[in-house]
Amino acid sequence: MGQREGATGLTTHAPQTAQAVTLPVSLDEAVAALSAMPTAVPVAGGTDLMAAVNSGQLRPAALVGLGRITEIRGWQYQDGHALLGAGLTHARMGRPDFAALIPALAAAARAAGPPQIRNAGTLGGNIASAAPTGDALPVLAALEATLIIAGPGGTRREIPVSHLLAGVDMLRGGELIGYVRVPLLHAPQVFLKATGRTGPGRALASVAVVLDPARRGVRCAVGAIAPMPLRPLDAEAWVAQLIDWDNNRAIVPEALNAFGEYVAAACIPDPVPAEDGTLTPLPPAVLHLRRTVAALARRALGRALS
Amino acid sequence: MTNQTATVTPAAPEAGPEPLPHGLGVSLPATEDRAKTEGTFPYAADLWAEGLLWAAVLRSPHAHARIVSIDTSHAREMPGVRAVITHEDVPGTPMHGRGRADRPVFASDVVRHHGEPIAAVAADHPDTARMAAAAVIVEYEVLEPVTDPEHAFEAEPLHPDGNLIRHIPLRHGDPDAVGEVVVEGLYRIGRQDPAPIGAEAGLAVPRPDGGVELYIASTDPHSDRDAAAACYGLEPARVKVVVTGVPGATADREDQGFQLALGLLALATGCPVKLTATREESFLGHAHRHPTLLRYRHHADAEGNLVKVEAQILLDAGAYADTSGESLAAAVSFACGPYVVPNAFIEGWAVRTNNPPSGHVRGEGALQVCAAYEAQMDKLAKKLGVDPAELRLRNVMATGDVLPTGQTVTCPAPVAELLEAVRDYPLPALPKDTPEDEWLLPGGPEGAGEPGAVRRGVGYGLGMVHMLGAEGADEVSTATVKVHDGVATVLCAAVETGQGFTTLARQIVQETLGIDEVHVAPVDTDQPPAGPSCRGRHTWVSGGAVERAAKMVRTQLLQPLAHKFGMSTELLQITDGKITSYDGMLSTTVSEAMDGKELWATAQCRPHPTEPLDEHGQGDAFVGLAFCAVRAVVDVDIELGSVRVVELALAQDVGRILNPAQLRARIEAGVTQGVGAALTENLRTNRGLVRHPDLTGYALPTALDAPDIRIVKLVEERDVVAPFGAKAASAVPVVTSPAAVASAVRAATGRPVNRLPIRPQAAVVTAQ
Repeated sequence: MGQREGATGLTTHAPQTAQAVTLPVSLDEAVAALSAMPTAVPVAGGTDLMAAVNSGQLRPAALVGLGRITEIRGWQYQDGHALLGAGLTHARMGRPDFAALIPALAAAARAAGPPQIRNAGTLGGNIASAAPTGDALPVLAALEATLIIAGPGGTRREIPVSHLLAGVDMLRGGELIGYVRVPLLHAPQVFLKATGRTGPGRALASVAVVLDPARRGVRCAVGAIAPMPLRPLDAEAWVAQLIDWDNNRAIVPEALNAFGEYVAAACIPDPVPAEDGTLTPLPPAVLHLRRTVAALARRALGRALS
Repeated sequence: MTNQTATVTPAAPEAGPEPLPHGLGVSLPATEDRAKTEGTFPYAADLWAEGLLWAAVLRSPHAHARIVSIDTSHAREMPGVRAVITHEDVPGTPMHGRGRADRPVFASDVVRHHGEPIAAVAADHPDTARMAAAAVIVEYEVLEPVTDPEHAFEAEPLHPDGNLIRHIPLRHGDPDAVGEVVVEGLYRIGRQDPAPIGAEAGLAVPRPDGGVELYIASTDPHSDRDAAAACYGLEPARVKVVVTGVPGATADREDQGFQLALGLLALATGCPVKLTATREESFLGHAHRHPTLLRYRHHADAEGNLVKVEAQILLDAGAYADTSGESLAAAVSFACGPYVVPNAFIEGWAVRTNNPPSGHVRGEGALQVCAAYEAQMDKLAKKLGVDPAELRLRNVMATGDVLPTGQTVTCPAPVAELLEAVRDYPLPALPKDTPEDEWLLPGGPEGAGEPGAVRRGVGYGLGMVHMLGAEGADEVSTATVKVHDGVATVLCAAVETGQGFTTLARQIVQETLGIDEVHVAPVDTDQPPAGPSCRGRHTWVSGGAVERAAKMVRTQLLQPLAHKFGMSTELLQITDGKITSYDGMLSTTVSEAMDGKELWATAQCRPHPTEPLDEHGQGDAFVGLAFCAVRAVVDVDIELGSVRVVELALAQDVGRILNPAQLRARIEAGVTQGVGAALTENLRTNRGLVRHPDLTGYALPTALDAPDIRIVKLVEERDVVAPFGAKAASAVPVVTSPAAVASAVRAATGRPVNRLPIRPQAAVVTAQ
């Protein structure tokens, strides 16, 4: 690195323009490469990272490309769960065979930006960049997915996805997200996203609803309105007991409406009165967001139960 | 995606063994289509010169701040840095500007908007240049920004010229007139960015004579040359602007300050210097559509005939004047729209703020007022209980009516015919609720749309724009036509921005001279000026100049023959390279008649002069007007407030169709830009700082956002004063579409919709 003579005789004085790129073919090799050079940055689809590099916001000293690690580009079954490789692209997850397994994740993958982004962007990247608008994140939160993290020396540890997103448990130096373990629930799941436009766009709010008929449970997560997906646990438990699980999962329409309001109020609470009792009402934009969350949650549960 | 059901468009010849299309009125393919498709079209960002340096510009991170000190010593010491320039290094006039020279090349004492240039660096690598620009230490004393244009009147002057850039108090008719029905409204229009798909880029090459050549995607090369020469302290002859491929232009494309810095660096270093703007710099630097605040009161009698319009229009010009005065004139003059209004009292202001700069963007001024007066017409229709289209028909203007500026409309104004055409066009069918009948719901194919919550609405918009510069601007263009060896060449400094001028020039020469092979020379400032590429100017003035020059060549060619056969040149015609007389007695080929000679002719076209608006906003300020009617059909998810424009049916007054395929493309592009202004395009700021200056945060319409565009009718009523009788076609669909979309959302939701772009919360219907 440092100064170097380019092929055209062009001198570069910029110290970080010469980048080392490593292309490991297995997860352990990738971890070893990262451990050997702690300043290196792993890159999979690069849809966020390379945009930051090109705009000059990020100057990684070196890159570890994850694109050649075939073991994390597919999925396998494991005692009632699917073990999803972190290198699965959104395009792959959007296909019908995947949609039959985990319908909400497939819907989120199909909604995640234009085809160019979906072809490159990966599940692991969506988790690692942890953008509030990441479309896969509310689905993983509702599914209570766990991450299998590969560490130096072939070690593996498991953490719930919500712990990583909340910053309770962080990735340590040299670690990579290897797999995502997701339960196979064999029941309807819905992911809905409001963007404010017809073409692909970032979510203003998104809702994932998954049914767990074995436990007679409903799990719901709301994305894009907070730094990490929110789980309205009370609303989930309340609505689960109103569903007639033995009779085609029937529910009265009023309960759907109430569920939407319940979820919205849980995620965007009413303002607390000040000490003198005055109440500042929510600004119109926040009220609109709350209405949007309510409509999404009602529609999502309605579709899951229909 | 788009079906055309034109009633008057001649069918374009389809591909087949037929001869290539040529002449006017046919769909000659655009000259540069092939190069653009193959990736060989020479955009400025692709240029290269041996030993070139890379430039970077340091821009203000504040919207309003006093500069305490600028320290460039660290940047100068960095290895690879060849020059660092600031306001101290401008040898010529330190100020520039398109409308008025009030903008510093580099800020010296005060920065007045986010992204204002402060210094520029040339280095031997782009990264070095950027890092050196970041190493320039500027000490600021941050000042309170003025971001609300209503506060600009009483705020401390942001600029030595004061905060009021222009004020037009238009008075027309009887101030005491009142109507039986009165409707009022307050409207806000957002900041649309022209967002050209290629950002600014250029190459400056110093010349041995101490001058400089600028290779840039300029849309007005001679003005840019003059500005550069003044800035460099050189006579204009020593600065040459060479126009490269233009990657999209719907406005004054380039930030002039960027071009000036480029040339200064080349002169300072004696080396070629290249500068490519990032998308962020492009968003910060170039001119935007004026955010506008409009207050309206319409008076009508009980039958719905307009009696009086009162309006106040406030344009946010940003920190510098640019062409805001012209935009204000358009806004005030067209404030009542294409309607007959006997009494009009319109007061308009353009004021300075610390918001991003505003300037010329297609449909300037006219778009903002169109959204407001059409909202007023909807309100009036609702109050009177009249069908909105019917109310508009009762009031539309026609040729011979008088604008609020006192100017009589002398050009064709078939407004009623346009509106009837879109009103009577069949509405798109509602999709049936079956899986086979795919319904693209608001929110998109993977969105959250639910058919039960979707309401459909139909709305109308009528719009008008002026063509060419207004208020006494000297609109002139010069063109040269050369014929040699059976090949014609056109030299004209009219820049091809994608509007199709080079194709049109070829068609004109083919039509006049019967020569199929026509080349259009690249543009530089060694050619005589042709003026900016905007407001449909080049079809009119440059097209007119090319036609005149071609006719002069024709006369030179035919005169000897006519003389020989004792007939006038009018009795001879040229078709397919053959000259024949009216009676068929004479027949010879063009090449024979040429006899190896080279024929040249140069001609000018200068439309009839206009006059500035007087102190009451009165005057014959415009050369020509173009009109259009749009009917929008939208689907609104009334719970989420998401809007999808299903179809836009459009009828337009085009004068004469010169190239059907290009005309259609221009209209479709204009409508799509209008849909962007209606729904998503708004460059947001927070206390003067631009938020999300990128194409993720600034949502341009994609193929899914673009509606089906039905060109229902193109009215060909020739404008006798225009060459070929053709009218500009690009701007008026942009102006009219947002108003029609807003009208349709109003019909679907019953909400007032008084803000563009339409925010989702404005399209939500809450159960009360």
